[in-house]
Amino acid sequence: MSRLNYRGRVEMLNGLIGYKLGMTQVFSDEGKLVPVTLLELGPCKVVQVKTLEKDGYQSVQLSFDEEKEHRVTKPLLGHYKKASLSPARFLREIKTEDSGFSVGQVINSEIFKKGEFVDVTGVSKGKGFQGVMKRHNFSGGPKSHGSHFHRAPGSIGNSATPSRVWKNKAMPGQMGNKPVTTQSLEVIEVRPEQNIVMIKGAIPGGTKGLVIVRKSVKKQVNAGV
Amino acid sequence: MNRLEQIEQGYLKKDVPKVIIGSTVRVHVRIKEGEKERIQIYEGVVIRKKGGSNRETFTVRKVSYGIGVERIFPLHSPFVTQVETIREGKVRRAKLYYIRTRTGKAARIPEKERVYATKKKKGPATTQSVQLAPPAAAPEADTPS
Repeated sequence: MSRLNYRGRVEMLNGLIGYKLGMTQVFSDEGKLVPVTLLELGPCKVVQVKTLEKDGYQSVQLSFDEEKEHRVTKPLLGHYKKASLSPARFLREIKTEDSGFSVGQVINSEIFKKGEFVDVTGVSKGKGFQGVMKRHNFSGGPKSHGSHFHRAPGSIGNSATPSRVWKNKAMPGQMGNKPVTTQSLEVIEVRPEQNIVMIKGAIPGGTKGLVIVRKSVKKQVNAGV
Repeated sequence: MNRLEQIEQGYLKKDVPKVIIGSTVRVHVRIKEGEKERIQIYEGVVIRKKGGSNRETFTVRKVSYGIGVERIFPLHSPFVTQVETIREGKVRRAKLYYIRTRTGKAARIPEKERVYATKKKKGPATTQSVQLAPPAAAPEADTPS
């Protein structure tokens, strides 16, 4: 996992899956209180390696957590059997530019380092069917003084032109319970022996929710930091 | 204990400073000024304790040049190096917010009657009673900003 690839970069996976454990605060090295989200990341096993030649793109399929055999569908069981691995609760793919991963390889939270930045994907907490005030921050109408207009969306467009409602017009509907990614969050601490990763700030979803943590797309740390 | 609580345990101080509501304390705070590090002392009355585990904080109130000042310290913060108890107050409340509206004589808190070891009462006696520190022993006085 740590050999160099053709670009001289250390070859490793840039993402991992795990559970959100909840939020707390910890003291940083300078002694300051930092709000953190605790994540239980990995250890993940490589179930399948997808290659450019065979699949058209490069990625690694990871499994996380254990699952009883009778709870897994037969086609999926066959998939695990092919990799000669025990069934897992979750299967997720992580895209990678590196090759050299092998089926059955165990990847743990060592791939993240303190001070790095990551993007965290989770499923946000479901809020149900919500109106425009909560869902899209509409201001609504006056509460009193004879007003009959309180939380309604109001006009949704013009009449003659365009004589239809614009696409993506903000309307009431299902809020939350959809995949959300929060970008550029700092890694505060990594404890590979406990599979614990601490990330500064909040991440989408509730406690025990599944999260995918990837190295940040936008924010990189300079060498030496 | 869940895993979150287990991790929090690791951030607790080994010898937690004893902070009692209503007591007058001297909090030794480590202050970094550029390269130098010094200890500043903040003296006042403990009016509130809040939170649990490594999130626990306490609030110390004092009146500085006629202005009420309240400072919140995380109990387990490495900046809080020591908490000396000067006197224990006799209070009947867990949160002493009523002190904010009072000034002068009305804002006093009566001292807790001390239990002397000679009486040999059951239970904790003088073990945590009073540590009277002479004011001259202060490394540096608190400077108003």
